[in-house]
Amino acid sequence: MEVVFLTFILVLAIFLGFELIAKVPATLHTPLMSGANAISGITLAGAFISAGAADSHMATILGTAAVVFASINVVGGYLVTDRMLSMFKSKSRGSR
Amino acid sequence: MLEFVANMAYVVSAILFIFGLKMLGHPGTARRGNMLSSLGMLIAIVAGLTHHGIVTYEWILAGMVVGGVIGAVAARLIAMTRMPELVALFNGFGGTASLMVGWATLYGADLSTFTVVTVLLSILIGGVTFSGSLIAYAKLSEVIDGKPVIFTGQRVFNSLLLIALVGSGVMLTMAPAADSPWLYAVLGLSLLLGVMAVIPIGGADMPVVISLLNSYSGLAACAAGFAINNNILIVAGSLVGASGMILTNIMCKAMNRSLANVLFSGFGAVKQGKTIEGEINPISADDAYYVLEAARSVCFVPGYGMAVAQAQHVVKELGELLEENDVEVTYAIHPVAGRMPGHMNVLLAEADVPYEQLMEMDEINPRIDQVDVAIVIGANDVVNPSARDDPDSPIYGMPIINVDKAQTVFVLKRSMASGFAGVDNPLFFGENTRMLFGDAKASISQVITQFN
Repeated sequence: MEVVFLTFILVLAIFLGFELIAKVPATLHTPLMSGANAISGITLAGAFISAGAADSHMATILGTAAVVFASINVVGGYLVTDRMLSMFKSKSRGSR
Repeated sequence: MLEFVANMAYVVSAILFIFGLKMLGHPGTARRGNMLSSLGMLIAIVAGLTHHGIVTYEWILAGMVVGGVIGAVAARLIAMTRMPELVALFNGFGGTASLMVGWATLYGADLSTFTVVTVLLSILIGGVTFSGSLIAYAKLSEVIDGKPVIFTGQRVFNSLLLIALVGSGVMLTMAPAADSPWLYAVLGLSLLLGVMAVIPIGGADMPVVISLLNSYSGLAACAAGFAINNNILIVAGSLVGASGMILTNIMCKAMNRSLANVLFSGFGAVKQGKTIEGEINPISADDAYYVLEAARSVCFVPGYGMAVAQAQHVVKELGELLEENDVEVTYAIHPVAGRMPGHMNVLLAEADVPYEQLMEMDEINPRIDQVDVAIVIGANDVVNPSARDDPDSPIYGMPIINVDKAQTVFVLKRSMASGFAGVDNPLFFGENTRMLFGDAKASISQVITQFN
């Protein structure tokens, strides 16, 4: 039954994603992509379990490496998206 | 009880991700949207840390500090022109993390068929994302040649690769073990598949590749979520997967090609368009200045060459001078200009061009004949009239910005070499076209000195 629930979640979330992104202006394509990329670093929440469960040496090594990579993804992704978005200026607020 | 609270926290972060993504879609709210989404991430991370299976925190904390510092430094130091490389790398890191989480799951006790299959999927998708992104990174940063790599028997080789992958996967599912040789086979073959998937794709098609890898990095997280039974991974992963798919689709439409065509055809290898004969008309920076001084409406059309020459700031400077001269200045941006979706928009934003001045292809084309001077800066294929007029051209059918219909066209170009797709461009031979040869940044700076 668990499988069914998870699949339900998967399907609904994909449709939701399509709806959310469908009408994004071209100007925001890059920030949207890097912002979404940061979200894919959510694997971090899963990597904790592998890194901290102390099941075996190999699992700890893999988990820790996953934590490193996912943290780069999360921290770097959000910061760089923010840096890009901070540059986008409207004429009214802009320098002119 | 703690688990219940953690799961509720995941619901909250899912909501924040959804609102964050929605707000990222509007220029006015985008920045707040990104912050909302990062708040969702923070909540998910804290909730993840409370998991009952975690007995030791030292490695987790060490890993987060190392990764966080690397990520923060990279995000701060990267030049805006190198953004496509960074996004490619981050995609790859997301993929690796999911691969490793899936792999580590095999060391746990319960190895049901369902778990093993989802672990296989996270290794496959994560591995393809990782090696594919590294190749994309190498192509973008010109560590390796950006041209498509095609060899005879490529399709046969790839088919065999896929069969071997499925075979190894089945063997592992039948006798699941963390030290199974079939596991290493799946790992190696997945990484190889990622390489094989990206090498036949050329530089001009990079926006498609980048957004597709973006989608994969989400799907990999999703597969890892199935493997470890974690809802938030599934929800967040599929949101990212879906948004990447949409972007990929937009990019493909902008080139009037199907995704399959981009992925498998090895661009420009098949058809050869007409060779063009005619005379080119060079122009000096001095003469360009006189034409610009008399113009009432000027439209800049940037391409990848602007990023290479780092010319966005001088372009903006010239745009301002023209505006002071009461010229209407616009910037027309083709959806696939540059090496990733929205590449030109980011560069012009960095140079402080307000986004109201940026026009999409469909906005500018109906009024392009009222533009006195269209200035093409390092763009080629996206302004190539063959795409419209020559059915034999490899890029025939791709929507273009019709700069050839403007009163005058300036093309800033280093030399007479053909564009990335290797296609000749009749625009350069047009009667209303003037070629301004040289480095784009230097050429524009020269025109600017004339204004002062």
